[in-house]
Amino acid sequence: MEENLIKTCLHDRHVKQGAQMSPFGGFDMPIQYTGITEEHNAVRQNVGVFDVSHMGEVRISGPDAYKYVSHIFVNDVTDAPDGQIFYGMMCYENGGTVDDLLVYKVNDEEYFLVINASNIAKDVDWIKKNAEGYNVKIENQSDYYGEVAVQGPKAEETIEKVLDLRVKDIPFYNFKVFQVGDEEIIVSRTGYTGEDGFEIYGSHNYIQSVWDRLMEAGVQPCGLGCRDTLRFEVGLPLYGDELSAEISPIEASLSMFVKLDKPEFIGKEALEKQKTEGVSRRIVGLELDGNAIPRHGYPVEVDGKQIGEITTGYRSISTGKSVAMAMLDKPYDKLGTKVEVRIRKKTFPATVVKKRFYDKNYKK
Amino acid sequence: MSKVLDDRKYSDSHEWVKVDGDVATIGISDYAQHALGNIVYVDMPETGDEVNQGDDFGAVESVKAASDLISPVSGEVIEVNEELVDKPELINEDAFGNWIIKVKLSDPSELDKLMDADSYKKLCEA
Repeated sequence: MEENLIKTCLHDRHVKQGAQMSPFGGFDMPIQYTGITEEHNAVRQNVGVFDVSHMGEVRISGPDAYKYVSHIFVNDVTDAPDGQIFYGMMCYENGGTVDDLLVYKVNDEEYFLVINASNIAKDVDWIKKNAEGYNVKIENQSDYYGEVAVQGPKAEETIEKVLDLRVKDIPFYNFKVFQVGDEEIIVSRTGYTGEDGFEIYGSHNYIQSVWDRLMEAGVQPCGLGCRDTLRFEVGLPLYGDELSAEISPIEASLSMFVKLDKPEFIGKEALEKQKTEGVSRRIVGLELDGNAIPRHGYPVEVDGKQIGEITTGYRSISTGKSVAMAMLDKPYDKLGTKVEVRIRKKTFPATVVKKRFYDKNYKK
Repeated sequence: MSKVLDDRKYSDSHEWVKVDGDVATIGISDYAQHALGNIVYVDMPETGDEVNQGDDFGAVESVKAASDLISPVSGEVIEVNEELVDKPELINEDAFGNWIIKVKLSDPSELDKLMDADSYKKLCEA
């Protein structure tokens, strides 16, 4: 089974550096190097680097690029300056989520989409399938690009010094293209940790040299373990947990990214209905009394009746509290509602809270 | 690589048992703590609870995952290690010194089904 896993361009380095490897989204990825807690804290307090080469990249270009991106993406890229980035989703006609993604606007005729590793094949099919009648070129560049995320309050300083790239002037959710030798690399002020940070896309060779230089400079290598604890603490969703073909962005409490005033996009009708008529369930935050740890799939109950389930849960590394995101039926989604989480043979009292357990420290 | 002590028996789910008279002290092996990583929570039964050989009686949890504790013997829980409530990381520091529960054995012959240190070493190396 393991033989079928894809290796990123940094795989040899992870193994050599002693990372604990595990399958994720079809790739053999590092889960941790020195320990999830240590890596998590490095990103919150200092700087850490992640191999995120498993992420997929799709370039959409041509005269109808703007029109087509608007058609498949729930957020609104209209009138955006070149170099701006949007977070949002692609949805099915019924409002379920194909994937959540970043859209980089190169210009009106060229967009760069960053999609989840586990969804690459499905997304590329979806993007190609819906392009009929649009004058666009669709290129899956996932095999070409390697990617690292440099995250934490010292990310900017580290990149300037170690990688010699002028990134200080890149605003939040914007990107810049650098010419390095004979290749173009992309650097954006984005991430999945709730801290300031950058994501760097380039050829495998370039990304390998970036990794080596960051290691030489003593930057903490980080695995996907702390990537999940970091994104969770600031309430960011993970496709498969808080979003899926069965979970719409409205149900995921992400309606701020769904721009219903746009003339049209796939799923608009269903999502509009959900927003105006309301949904029967929603993703909320939970805080447990005591220190038992809620995990994905554990039932949430009221008076012994199941009213939802945990989508992601941890003992928050930054706050020490046992907290979770959960999909709960209405009306139990209201802030302050008392519920019980079933953990193995016992139930533990919990309260519905905002799904942000730690404040973001973005540099805007 | 990981430590295995000769003075106790082991289950294939990586618990250890040390018997003194009719009392079995139970914990998890060094191999298990290493595989789990930073332990942040130990879910333990209460004194007076019955445990059965092969059934789960709690869990050891790392940041990432919960791993069931499987009882290597049957009997009544006579003591739980309260120190682990506030300091679960003690298991990472010394998995053989920091036991989890003590059980009054109801069927000492069950111990014959467990592995000795040599067999357990082989399991860890496999």
